Amino acid sequence: MTKEEALLEYCIRLGDDSLILGHRLSEWCGHGPILEEDIAMTNIALDLVGQSRTLLTYAGEVEGKGRGEDDLAYMRSEREFKNALLTEQPNGHFGDTMARQFYFSAYYYFFLQELVNSKDETLAAFAEKSLKEVTYHLRHSSEWVIRLGDGTEESHQKIQESLENLWRYTGELFMTDEVSDMLAKEGIGVDLTQVKQKWDERVKQVLEQATLTLPEGTWMAEGGRKGVHTEHLGYILSDLQYLQRSYPGLKW
Amino acid sequence: MSEKDNWPLWEIFIQSKPGLNHKHVGSLHAPDAEMAIENARDVYTRRSEGISIWVVPANAISASSPEDEGSFYEPSNDKVYRHPTFYEIPDGVKYL
Amino acid sequence: MEDEKHLENFQNYVDAEKKIEPKDWMPEAYRKTLIRQISQHAHSEVVGMLPEANWITRAPSLRRKVILLAKVQDEAGHGLYLYSAAETLGADRQMLVEQLLDGTAKYSSIFNYPTVTWADMGAIGWLVDGAAIMNQVMLTRTSYGPYARAMVRICKEESFHQRQGYEAITALAQGSPEQKEMAQDALNRWWWPSLMMFGPTDDNSPNSQQSMKWKIKRKSNDELRQEFVDRTVGQAEAIGLTIPDPDLKWNEETGHYEFGEINWDEFYNVIKGNGPCNRERLKARNEAHDNGEWVREAANAYAKKKKSKAA
Repeated sequence: MTKEEALLEYCIRLGDDSLILGHRLSEWCGHGPILEEDIAMTNIALDLVGQSRTLLTYAGEVEGKGRGEDDLAYMRSEREFKNALLTEQPNGHFGDTMARQFYFSAYYYFFLQELVNSKDETLAAFAEKSLKEVTYHLRHSSEWVIRLGDGTEESHQKIQESLENLWRYTGELFMTDEVSDMLAKEGIGVDLTQVKQKWDERVKQVLEQATLTLPEGTWMAEGGRKGVHTEHLGYILSDLQYLQRSYPGLKW
Repeated sequence: MSEKDNWPLWEIFIQSKPGLNHKHVGSLHAPDAEMAIENARDVYTRRSEGISIWVVPANAISASSPEDEGSFYEPSNDKVYRHPTFYEIPDGVKYL
Repeated sequence: MEDEKHLENFQNYVDAEKKIEPKDWMPEAYRKTLIRQISQHAHSEVVGMLPEANWITRAPSLRRKVILLAKVQDEAGHGLYLYSAAETLGADRQMLVEQLLDGTAKYSSIFNYPTVTWADMGAIGWLVDGAAIMNQVMLTRTSYGPYARAMVRICKEESFHQRQGYEAITALAQGSPEQKEMAQDALNRWWWPSLMMFGPTDDNSPNSQQSMKWKIKRKSNDELRQEFVDRTVGQAEAIGLTIPDPDLKWNEETGHYEFGEINWDEFYNVIKGNGPCNRERLKARNEAHDNGEWVREAANAYAKKKKSKAA
């Protein structure tokens, strides 16, 4: 694998994470638990889809075959999507969505903190801009985990269960392979072991404050980075890609 | 406050630039001050309208009362409360 | 205390183009009319999110997707500004929302029509927002201060809504034959309901007169509708779409377009609850509200615990 190939793969993974999670959050639009929260979740969705546009555009440039953000978002199939499985998990109830957001934002926050030092200027600039957004995502989702955890008995139970259910999808965020190793070594990508350490600390601290129990499971699901997804992704893509697939090659 | 209650109302003040006063922009509902600040960011600064936010429980604001009849004749300087007029009313918002 | 003198003073004050503020004396009917109108307006923004949110996950490009997301988010924001304005009159948002949820409060009937193709996103932005803006621009000059200020804020943000809609439908009108057909079909379906948005004709709008006198409303339904038609016909022609009205013609003498008869049976039928999506819209709002209850309660419980700890 060349450095360019690794970089392309890296950008696709990051771009797909944001795109798919943004897609999930956008499903909430109009259906939030209260108007203020509807607006908040849409804001996060907007940030994420915006991030994916930057990354997929850059991926297209790195690839050099003339593909743009929409070619990559709309014309790749299930096996070509490289988002982490966590991001494609269904919204469920509000607690499920906040647990997913909290796990992901905590990872992404510490990830971007490292990525700002990337030797790749585009990625470094991207990280700097996105870090501001993700700082807020982490804050917002942490506040909710705390409120639901230390709220009513019902909310405590619900968010605890959400955190347990999604726990198995957190390991994949930190799994390394040839791509991540090569880019970390080159100073382009991020050393995920460092990110994992900070993530562990933060998750533990927030759950403690929320009077919740840290899930203990050690078995972790994986596959997203290799394009082997849960059954949910296919449905996301059939929504996302419907028009582009039905009327190929048109401008909208 | 009971758990079934409506979230309390907060009045929101935004500082648009360093050196300017915080100005009242409207209100929103939130369970507590932290969430009120977060919500205010999303609701009232979506177009970069602000750099600093104050949130005040609406029931903590005391307002001066206009004299019943007098106020009709003297829209006076002290007519200040929840929703001050700080927007210029546009001559007409562009259509297309 | 609602004596002649008060009423006369109030009318003089309004006639002098001064804004009524929350603590000023106002006739009870003025307050009630405003609460009803502002809350209906707020409900319309919130219910109005649904038909467009329906296409967010299926938007055909990432650019269109973020535009649509931002637009629907604005509508939530506008609903919120308006509920805030209604609350300055002593109404409680929760109470107003409950009236929406149990079907006793009204919202704009236009949102009871379905969004069946992507072209409807263009048609809604262009026509529905276009019609709404006519009304909203008028309301920036309404006599109640907080309502007028909310409308100023809303109008500032709305200006992009109509443009994005027109741009989206233009892309289709100038696209492939299928896209063009999609655009024309959307115009065919949304044109008449958009004209209905201005409400009954002036002869059949008994409350309008009092609202005009109090300067809550500043233009009549028919005036606004005529302005809308005059502005929109040229926009349709510019992109090669045809307004679905065989009676539409320019009147040189009046300087206005004449247009065909609106189907008022349909109008009143949709208001009564028999529109294509009335049930779905209320069901969606009720579900969101019910599913969110435990969340709102949890946040209250947490705030309460924190308060008692601090005390």
